[in-house]
Amino acid sequence: MEPITRIVAGAAPIDRPNVDTDQVIPARFLHKPRDGTLGRYLFHDLRFGPDGVPNPDFVLNRPPFDGARILVAEQNFGCGSSRENAVWALHDYGIQAVLAPSFGDIFRSNSLKNGLLPIMLPPEVIHGLLAQLAETPGGTIAIDLEAELVTLQDGTSHRFEIDPFMRDCLLNGIDELDYTLSQMEQVESFEHRYGRRNA
Amino acid sequence: MSGNKPRTLFDKIWDSHVVERLPDGTCVLYIDRHLVHEVTSPQAFEGLRLAGRPVRRPDLTIAVADHNIPTTGPRTADTIQEEDSRIQVQTLEKNVVAFGVPYIPILDVRQGIVHIIGPELGISLPGTTIVCGDSHTSTHGALGALAFGIGTSEVEHVLATQTLLQRPAKNMLVRVDHTLGFGASAKDMVLAIIGKITTAGGNGHVIEYAGEAVRALDMAGRMTISNMSIEAGARAGLVAPDETTFAYVQGREYAPKGAAFEQAMAYWRTLPTDPGAAYDTTVVLDAREIAPMVTWGTTPGAVVPVTGVVPDPSLVADEAARAQMQRMLDYMALTPGTRMEDLPIDVVFIGSCTNGRIEDIRAAAAVAKGRKVAAGVRALVVPGSGQVKLAAEREGLDRVLLEAGFEWRDPCCSMCLGMNPDKITAGQRCASTSNRNFEGRQGPGGRTHLVSPAMAAAAAVMGRIADVRQLG
Repeated sequence: MEPITRIVAGAAPIDRPNVDTDQVIPARFLHKPRDGTLGRYLFHDLRFGPDGVPNPDFVLNRPPFDGARILVAEQNFGCGSSRENAVWALHDYGIQAVLAPSFGDIFRSNSLKNGLLPIMLPPEVIHGLLAQLAETPGGTIAIDLEAELVTLQDGTSHRFEIDPFMRDCLLNGIDELDYTLSQMEQVESFEHRYGRRNA
Repeated sequence: MSGNKPRTLFDKIWDSHVVERLPDGTCVLYIDRHLVHEVTSPQAFEGLRLAGRPVRRPDLTIAVADHNIPTTGPRTADTIQEEDSRIQVQTLEKNVVAFGVPYIPILDVRQGIVHIIGPELGISLPGTTIVCGDSHTSTHGALGALAFGIGTSEVEHVLATQTLLQRPAKNMLVRVDHTLGFGASAKDMVLAIIGKITTAGGNGHVIEYAGEAVRALDMAGRMTISNMSIEAGARAGLVAPDETTFAYVQGREYAPKGAAFEQAMAYWRTLPTDPGAAYDTTVVLDAREIAPMVTWGTTPGAVVPVTGVVPDPSLVADEAARAQMQRMLDYMALTPGTRMEDLPIDVVFIGSCTNGRIEDIRAAAAVAKGRKVAAGVRALVVPGSGQVKLAAEREGLDRVLLEAGFEWRDPCCSMCLGMNPDKITAGQRCASTSNRNFEGRQGPGGRTHLVSPAMAAAAAVMGRIADVRQLG
């Protein structure tokens, strides 16, 4: 995983709650191989009409939001299915962070493993940001992972938190699996103790 | 670590599986059972292959294909018509051989939806940690196991290390007092719970279900409520193991036998939450107030009693909530104030990991018996596993359903998410016993109303949403 320290990019509003992972990528695209092109299925049924023509009303089809690399969403973004394809689709499309008041737990966990930052901010901050994006679209948002600080287009800064262990992995580009593989002696000794109790 | 502080069921299972605790509270958590299916595993096996790593504990891993399998016609990987589906199942069948993972073949009577067969085969046991690359892994929590869905990176992590890096969840208690009334089922209970706490209410929590009405549920009912924990935002649901649990587990293929069972049961009896243990959040419902429920929107929390009406956005004060309600009504093509019982139905789906067990098929057949599926309605019954199908056929339930005009299919996830050919088409309205009414979930443009198996059967014979209590 590439280290992440700072993201500066335009943001697009996804201003509805409970955006489930079926919306992010419908189940019929879960067969598609992970070849770096899953971005074409991102929000497929919202982004495209039944005839495959881009829906001009969908935010990512409208300038300046078509170049957004950050999404600003409502509560419970990424709820539903555990499909990591949702994170891959966002990643392949070019989304680097999602700002929301809350996330589906599995989506949040999947995001962190793929270098997509799930940033929780208080609802009032998100609502203010959604209003800013509506009034003056096209500004940029800066995310400083080390300082855990997000600076909005109006210049205000807000603290966020990412679990320290995961933040360390993201800042240094460490894969979780490599960490655990370095701890296998402990796993073996656990299994030895534990094996006596549990079949 | 825990000292003598009273602990919850979740705390106890968690503590007994911690391999290592990192300074920020993240734990290396040991995993007892890893269930693998064809949709979320290909990239995980590929990761192992690229790194030259084996599956560390194939003996704690079991694989089955469920999402893509057709429910009619030939049922082998090579005969699946849709190319992408065929490749996904073939890939699983190659991976289980290459990595030495036990596999339940499609034609084996034990094949079925992973969350149906885990408990059915005695793979899922009280006190264990169970994971699967599927959000409805929460189902297995009905046995008093800590069971949760994981993404594909985590599937690879478990295959390689038999552990996961996790932070402990918060404890939520959902207590349902008193007993359910006539016509109300576990499905109605969990829809009422989600309606109350909302689809985000359980975020960051594990829900423990307790109270008289939960204790009174059979294992199938407990699995139904645990299954939909994820629809309340919680990664896992739990029901404390009791005599109902032990009786269910005893004698199943992979469950401990003889003295080992007695020993295990003695341990399982230590698992229920200690008196005085603290929950971060507590929610209480009265089972007597739970009617048969129907969802009207595109999240499972958008639910009303069957006797209710489509809600009116103009009565909602909050602007964002009003806009969301209007958006759901537009998608569902519903007008505020319409009686739920006046909604005509095109399709009925009875099945899924939520309601694909023998008890669910019995409930549907009891309503269907001596009645006919209404003209113009397509009604599918898809058993959750080969064993469920066999049991239903031995009881003659297939004949009852076929005579009533239902289609009797082979086991698969089927129309719950339409990864196989079973889909609804744009604009069709479906009464479904599955777990998600998301936009397009059962097919692009399809409209889903979540209900119990008995309510689904009632909708099939009436051709509209109907109150099963009036069918007697």
